[in-house]
Amino acid sequence: MLWKNTYNEFIKILAKPRSYIGLAALTLLICIILFAMKADGRMYISFVTASFEQTLSFNGNILNGNLIAFIVLQMLIVHIPLLVALVTGDLLSGEAAMGTLRMLLTKPISRSQVVLSKLIAAAVYTFILVIWMGFLALMVGRWVFGSGDLIVLNSDGLVILNDADVLWRYGLAFLVAYLALLTIATLSVAFSAFADNSIGPIVSTMAVIILFTIIGSLDVSVFDSVKPWLFTTHMASWRSFFNDPVPWSAIWESIWILLAHNILFVAIALIQFQRKDITS
Amino acid sequence: MNNEPIIEIRGLQKNFGSFTAVKDVSFTVNKGDVFGFLGPNGAGKSTTMRCMLSLIKPNAGQIHIFGKNLFEERNAILAKVGSIVEKPDFYKYLSALKNLEIFARISGAAVSQKTIYETLEFVGLSGREKDKVGGFSHGMRQRLGIAQTLLHQPELIILDEPTTGLDPQGIIEVRDLILRLKHEQNKTVILSSHQLAEIEHVANRMVIINKGQTIIEGSVSELMNAQETILAIELLNKGQQALEFLQGKFSAGKAVLISPKKLELTIERNLVPTLNASLVNAGFEVVALEPKRTLEDFFIQMTQS
Repeated sequence: MLWKNTYNEFIKILAKPRSYIGLAALTLLICIILFAMKADGRMYISFVTASFEQTLSFNGNILNGNLIAFIVLQMLIVHIPLLVALVTGDLLSGEAAMGTLRMLLTKPISRSQVVLSKLIAAAVYTFILVIWMGFLALMVGRWVFGSGDLIVLNSDGLVILNDADVLWRYGLAFLVAYLALLTIATLSVAFSAFADNSIGPIVSTMAVIILFTIIGSLDVSVFDSVKPWLFTTHMASWRSFFNDPVPWSAIWESIWILLAHNILFVAIALIQFQRKDITS
Repeated sequence: MNNEPIIEIRGLQKNFGSFTAVKDVSFTVNKGDVFGFLGPNGAGKSTTMRCMLSLIKPNAGQIHIFGKNLFEERNAILAKVGSIVEKPDFYKYLSALKNLEIFARISGAAVSQKTIYETLEFVGLSGREKDKVGGFSHGMRQRLGIAQTLLHQPELIILDEPTTGLDPQGIIEVRDLILRLKHEQNKTVILSSHQLAEIEHVANRMVIINKGQTIIEGSVSELMNAQETILAIELLNKGQQALEFLQGKFSAGKAVLISPKKLELTIERNLVPTLNASLVNAGFEVVALEPKRTLEDFFIQMTQS
């Protein structure tokens, strides 16, 4: 019954216009970034490299597809949570608002199976968003701008990664970015289990992200013990794959914390939905 | 019809915070019954029906369906139940066919595409299967809702206010549909309705609840016949003589002459045929006998007492 209902969930997601807003917005944003970089990218790069030009000489195709993909990821990883929450926050509460949840739960399918099938659908939808972003940023970027070594500016200075050493880093970076976005998906589904309207869980999810991000960026010692445990602190851990050497222990720590948040949010969704009276 | 219980509810209670929606509801629905579930607004009908479908968890009481405890064998029970609670809601952005496919897939039975088309035809939606439900009228959605309840050939059908918002033609269609389910497919149907005339037309047994409690339960005809009714008697002539003839004969009450050809008297419903025979045997020409007491009167008396 779980897989039958998961199949149903895919049919519903595919038929809903709002499911395509995320993909369309991603496509549009990446196309705008690609166009801007094609038109004015050299000046953008020279602005970044100017401070190093007294000590370093930059040769070859610096403005390449690898760098474009990195810039796209940096710019969009902040906005994609909204696109994810827009669909996943609606999965349970949208059905309550429409009245179809009542119809669904009079069928011989357990409530936990209903939640799990929606979580599977949410996970697949989020995966498709990440894959689409990766394809547009990396593949189209490489096609338009060509390939080359990746120059990354981080807090320790410049990191220059050989072209042949980049693809595996992107593969793993996208996986960790996916795990971070999956946390957003499970959080919004958990909120969705409490609500009977579509907008509440979406707004609540964004409110939590904004709140945690602000706490994470505040340079106040009272929050120092909390910051490492906030999932938002680990949202950008994909960037660590572009350090040399790769800080594996920090990445694994982020992965465990994100996984723990996912498990917590799924548990909240299951428990709340199990005990909920369907009065809508 | 027999006395094999399909639904047994005992001492059902449900609180929402400090508000008690259902206080003490008990009734039994037997196999083959078309069971009327009556009560004024806020009596606890919908809450009871939601409890029967495990949408709401009661605070106390027992619900047994097909002899099984609902909260222990929920899925096995719901696989044999078709229902509409309040109003049928569908995915408006999907076609009628896609909606039925979605519900069929999780109905617990293997429902073929042929069955889906046949069910759509049964409820009169043949030819509209590819249309999006968002464009359907209320009546069409109601019929699609009934189709959804029938897809997996359930033994028990629970319909909460199935005629709400329908025009007179739609009400007649749903009434006929319920009677066809009973006579052609031998289904057990439990339906709540504010259209008391509907219950009177289709139900053989009923329960009335008020303020979250069972008031009365039994066979519709027995409950109605056991009650006194005001009978309007229309004669071709001799109204005054008929009045004198009837005085004191049928103990229930005094006859009153309404017009030269029409009189009324209070009488037990089961004595109406005897009264008719007496009048005819005495040479009176009876044009019509019309019991003026309906289920509505009975319902009002029960819920206000």
